[in-house]
Amino acid sequence: MLQEHAKLLALLKETEEIVGRKKLQKMVYIAKRLGQPFREKYQFHMFGPYSEELTLQIEEMCQADFVEELREKKAGYYQYRYSLSSKGEQFLAAVFPEKKMLDKELLRALNEKSSKFLELVSTILYFDALTKEEVKTKVFKLKAKQNYTEEDIEEAYTFLEKLRH
Amino acid sequence: MLRPDGQLQEEKVFKDPVHRYIHVRDELIWELIGTREFQRLRRIRQLGTTYLTFHGAEHTRFNHSLGVYEIMRRMVENLEKKMTWEKDERLVCLAAALLHDVGHGPFSHSFEKVFQTDHEEWTSRIIMGDTEVNKVLRRMGEDFPARVADVIGKTYENKLIVSLISSQIDADRMDYLLRDAFYTGVSYGQFDMERILRVMRPQEDQAVFKHSGMHAVEDYIMSRYQMYWQVYFHPVTRSAEVILSKILHRAKELLADGYEFQQTPHHFQSLFESTMTLEEYIRLDEYIIFYYFQAWELENDPILSDLCRRFMDRHLFKYVECDPSEQMIIWPELQELFRKIGVDPEYYLVIDSSSDLPYDFYRPGEKDERMPIHLLMPNGSLRELSRESDIVESISGKKRTDHKLYFPMDLLLDQQEHGEEKRRILTLLHQQEG
Repeated sequence: MLQEHAKLLALLKETEEIVGRKKLQKMVYIAKRLGQPFREKYQFHMFGPYSEELTLQIEEMCQADFVEELREKKAGYYQYRYSLSSKGEQFLAAVFPEKKMLDKELLRALNEKSSKFLELVSTILYFDALTKEEVKTKVFKLKAKQNYTEEDIEEAYTFLEKLRH
Repeated sequence: MLRPDGQLQEEKVFKDPVHRYIHVRDELIWELIGTREFQRLRRIRQLGTTYLTFHGAEHTRFNHSLGVYEIMRRMVENLEKKMTWEKDERLVCLAAALLHDVGHGPFSHSFEKVFQTDHEEWTSRIIMGDTEVNKVLRRMGEDFPARVADVIGKTYENKLIVSLISSQIDADRMDYLLRDAFYTGVSYGQFDMERILRVMRPQEDQAVFKHSGMHAVEDYIMSRYQMYWQVYFHPVTRSAEVILSKILHRAKELLADGYEFQQTPHHFQSLFESTMTLEEYIRLDEYIIFYYFQAWELENDPILSDLCRRFMDRHLFKYVECDPSEQMIIWPELQELFRKIGVDPEYYLVIDSSSDLPYDFYRPGEKDERMPIHLLMPNGSLRELSRESDIVESISGKKRTDHKLYFPMDLLLDQQEHGEEKRRILTLLHQQEG
């Protein structure tokens, strides 16, 4: 029952809180690409890999009161904080008792990074069939407004390497 | 060989019930339409299992792809009067519009869910691989196939071009809304596409719409909203989709368990084992699927044969509305009761959610989400649509989620055996509906 939703609840349980919709999107994408059992379908959008399915699942869980969504006003936009509600915790316990689904360390490492950095990491992963030089060209062209530097890209590769081991 | 000017000697036209005529002047487009990979789309329905609900919905990805091409052709014609771009960008746009769905498989939505494949990846492989499509595209230049694939994959440098085929208001959505409304026979789903194209204005990252054309865009959003609830999200269609997915799951499981099929699924084997080649994928179509489903009705496995009969004869599952927070309380008991009556809950007790569908509503878009629709105001500034339109604003904030619980009512109503358990199941299910 709602197995994919349950994995997202487990993600929130392991990380305690995720701040920002973009961050949540990129965390799930990166975790999926690194072997975590997420199955959401992603496409490339303005801010890198994005899953409409994931957006809807979160919306469904907010409406079922499994996830708490806190909207905060920032300069010129809203930011969203997501955490597991007590009802969500009950759901996890009732439907998936004793089931460890996700790698806590990996998720926490992702959650410590900024959404801008995760956007870069997820974009690199999206183009992983290309050479590093080709990826750099893609990043500079497609993400011109984010002003990523060579150093940022190197840092993202190093971060990915670390996560893989 | 393509002619030096790339134009056909005479314009070709296709008669089309939605756009009246589809005009082809470029040899490139004509030759792409003639490739086997594009012709294959004639054997893949646009709306999957919807024909079981709306019997007119037999139209295919072929019709739709031609329609998207035609809208793109008109968009490009209008936009070229207002901007300049590199000479061959026009053909990149047209080819991308025509080929945007070329990687769709039979009942792709269910297939993708069960086998974790992605039609966009297959589209890219068809465009870049050893195919007739690739050969035709390469005549425009070695990098031409990659440019077309990038537009479809939304990774093309020119974001305006990407937005014409893939954004919250694009050639793809405009065609499928009009076409699906026409073929299903529903009276909603109409909007003034000509007007929308006339008020479209190119910007750096996307096309925007003159404020004076806001009402035409409102109609488009309303159409999308109504088609979502009335057609795409129809509970009967979802029931058929649930059964279709379960058939594929069952066949996959049986094959993995070494079950001896009377009709071995040769065409799916590599898909089940994640080793499918491009050629094998291109050979898959809905005719093949129906062949197997009919043959599997006679299989010894009772689950596979029952599910196939249900799908082919339209004996679908019934449903009740489902609230996950209530459901979680009774779920273990329901599953146990299903097992007691000898019905496997894995196949016969299924929750289907709004997030399981490949369609969506318009999202005004906050930071970090998809690009919203922008209006070009008389003073030259841009305003997000729902900030100007009361109608769009009012439907943007509405509930967009829905869960349904599907089950075989016929098995529960036959109470000659396990009557007590079945009555308890029915009580629990109807309790769900409040």
